[in-house]
Amino acid sequence: MKQIKIALVGQPNVGKSMLTNAIGDTTLHVGNFSGVTVEKKEISFKYKDYKISIVDLPGTYMLTNYSIEEKVTSDFLQNEEYDLILNVVDSTNLERNLQLTSELLNLEKKMLIALNMSDEAKKENIEINANYMTELLGVSAVQVSAVSKEGIEKLVHNIVQTYENPKKETKLIFSEAIEEEILNIVTHLNDNKFESELSYRKIAINLISEDKKTYRMLLDEPIWITLQPLLLESIKHIKMHHDEEAMIDIFADEFMAFNNGILAETVKVKNINPAKLTRTQKIDNVLIHPFFGIPIFLFLMWGLFQLTFEIGSIPMDWIDGFFGWLGNSVGESISNDDIRSLVVDGLIAGVGAVILFVPNIIILFVGIALLESTGYMSRVAYLLDGFFHKFGLHGQSFIPLVTGFGCSIPAYMSARILKNDKDRLLTLFIIGFMSCGARLPVYVLFVGAFFSSESSGTILFVIYISGAILGIIMAKVLKMTAFKGESEPFVMEMPKYRLPSVVLIWHTVKSKTWMYLKKAGTFIAAASILIWFLSNYPHNDIVSSEYESKIELAKGEDSKNSLSNELNQKLLENSYLGQVGKFIEPIFSPLGMDWKMAVALQTGLAAKEVVVSTLGVLYSLGGDVNEEDSSLIERLHEHIPFASAVAFIIIMMIYLPCLAATVVFSKEAGGLKYTAYLFLFTTFVAYSCAFIGYHIALNF
Amino acid sequence: MSQRIIDCVKNKSYIIKKLHTTGALRQRLVSFGILKGVEIKYLSSTNLNATYEIKVGKMNIALRQEEARKIEVEEYEAN
Repeated sequence: MKQIKIALVGQPNVGKSMLTNAIGDTTLHVGNFSGVTVEKKEISFKYKDYKISIVDLPGTYMLTNYSIEEKVTSDFLQNEEYDLILNVVDSTNLERNLQLTSELLNLEKKMLIALNMSDEAKKENIEINANYMTELLGVSAVQVSAVSKEGIEKLVHNIVQTYENPKKETKLIFSEAIEEEILNIVTHLNDNKFESELSYRKIAINLISEDKKTYRMLLDEPIWITLQPLLLESIKHIKMHHDEEAMIDIFADEFMAFNNGILAETVKVKNINPAKLTRTQKIDNVLIHPFFGIPIFLFLMWGLFQLTFEIGSIPMDWIDGFFGWLGNSVGESISNDDIRSLVVDGLIAGVGAVILFVPNIIILFVGIALLESTGYMSRVAYLLDGFFHKFGLHGQSFIPLVTGFGCSIPAYMSARILKNDKDRLLTLFIIGFMSCGARLPVYVLFVGAFFSSESSGTILFVIYISGAILGIIMAKVLKMTAFKGESEPFVMEMPKYRLPSVVLIWHTVKSKTWMYLKKAGTFIAAASILIWFLSNYPHNDIVSSEYESKIELAKGEDSKNSLSNELNQKLLENSYLGQVGKFIEPIFSPLGMDWKMAVALQTGLAAKEVVVSTLGVLYSLGGDVNEEDSSLIERLHEHIPFASAVAFIIIMMIYLPCLAATVVFSKEAGGLKYTAYLFLFTTFVAYSCAFIGYHIALNF
Repeated sequence: MSQRIIDCVKNKSYIIKKLHTTGALRQRLVSFGILKGVEIKYLSSTNLNATYEIKVGKMNIALRQEEARKIEVEEYEAN
């Protein structure tokens, strides 16, 4: 079987991911590169006798190295092995999209173009002659629609054709002035019989466009001595001719002229009425209104958290009931006391506590996916930049920050859209202040236990928003101290509004939810068992037998119950976990926390969901025996004072993210040094805020 | 002082005359098609004119005031 490796390239917002999904309908494998890295996604599938794999590269406007994401794409295209480039373009904005296409043509690789969103183009009365475009550009251009799947068959067919046939001559031509200089250099290379894998034309273009790699390659060659004066002269001529100082402008100009030529020949636009407002303009008149824009945004966010709580709580009772039933019925069938406790109190209580929050997680992920895919996210960046800028942040920091509400790991990675290193580091440091989805269960649990159900959604919103505000204030503090310096410019596209694709949202939410469930089944199950073990052993037989005989002698149910409660409490305190908890208790007692809460917070360093399962295990073991049926929420309400709960929530909001996220942070920030800073920074802020919060809450 | 994006009238066409910037910002502007001789329109701005929205070709682009000051324009004369 033959293998075809495709590099999928396109500008942002051209529907690349949608297209990958549409092509990979028969997908055999969808996975990310090397573990947690989401920088390049790869899918592969079989077509006839071919195994086709597509590498989905981050969107880029030009092959420059403006941001790390763009660097990933241009590095891949220039240095990695692949068979052909599939360039995805938005049929409704070819002027802009073909700019990247020209640069790709310049790479002299086998290539084909997918004219995506052809259905949308039809609606806008844009008629494209793809066959003629194919002829003019020398690469195959196919009209497709990732949404309606039109043209996908043909595209795949053409991929194979392009792969099998020899590479055609690219027809990218420049203006006379540049072509003349290219010819001069080519002739010189020819005269000297210079040996190179690259074509002479390609070398000439690279030299004129000031490509550093080509200069490096030629610098050691004897030919450089004679080439250099020639090249200097050529560049001088071109700059004079173009009346421009920067070569990048000249080439952009050249490409634009070339593209306009192609478009004039191949694209016809009928009946456009410039006075008529487009749908995007109409929506923008409301959503980015100078005064109402931000209140509308805040209202939408509040609505999202309200939904998360209200709708999410409906299936929660069922799930809770199911695990209660499961615990009881499994418990009855196990006769060995230790094993029963392991399964019921450890495994089922721990994993159940985490599964309970799947509905909330799903709603939150759907909300974030909607924000991302409709185009609203960049509007918010636009609205907030002025405000963010005052605090030393960048409007585009908003995107990693919002992603952080879902999960910190992709958030750390999406900070790559920021070019300036200091801006990026600053954003990385405050992403943790945006409470991630895994922390949601803890909040839902505590809010449910300590606040009335009518105010729950609002309290949840307040928790999230105050975390965000604190993060912004901390950004200012960091900007004034650790990350002084110039800020990055703010230049960003505001894409057309598009109806979100149900398929794509379904895929995103499904894979994220599945990851959450998988974590619950593996990592969290293991952690629950570990915590159960640490809280049950060593068994203190002397204490047990002492109490058991007391219980036997005791008269009346009440005193029997209180004695067995006391026994459970004693046993728990003597366990390994109890010993650790007692050891760290003095640190947390100024915040009104007992050792159980202290331990739960520590386990959250591994993963935030473990906090819930730890609380589940600790409070079900040490809980009142006569309240066996009560839920964890009720038990927390019973055993934890309000002020301590406030301090607990505040620490949850601020302290170090989970282990996996911390590892990604350290990779993205560029060293363990930063991880140490992050630990000190978050711990200090978390502890001080919790201390203040505790003392304020004591007054209520 | 020459006319910049911040001096523009809403929804009127202008032609870019010069980019008063070099390096990374220039590269960024160029990659969005903000070049000498290109037609642009100023669409809206946020509260206190902190950020500007302009139209270049078919694309809507957001710029901070600082950046909008660096783009010199002249009025578009339809012929």
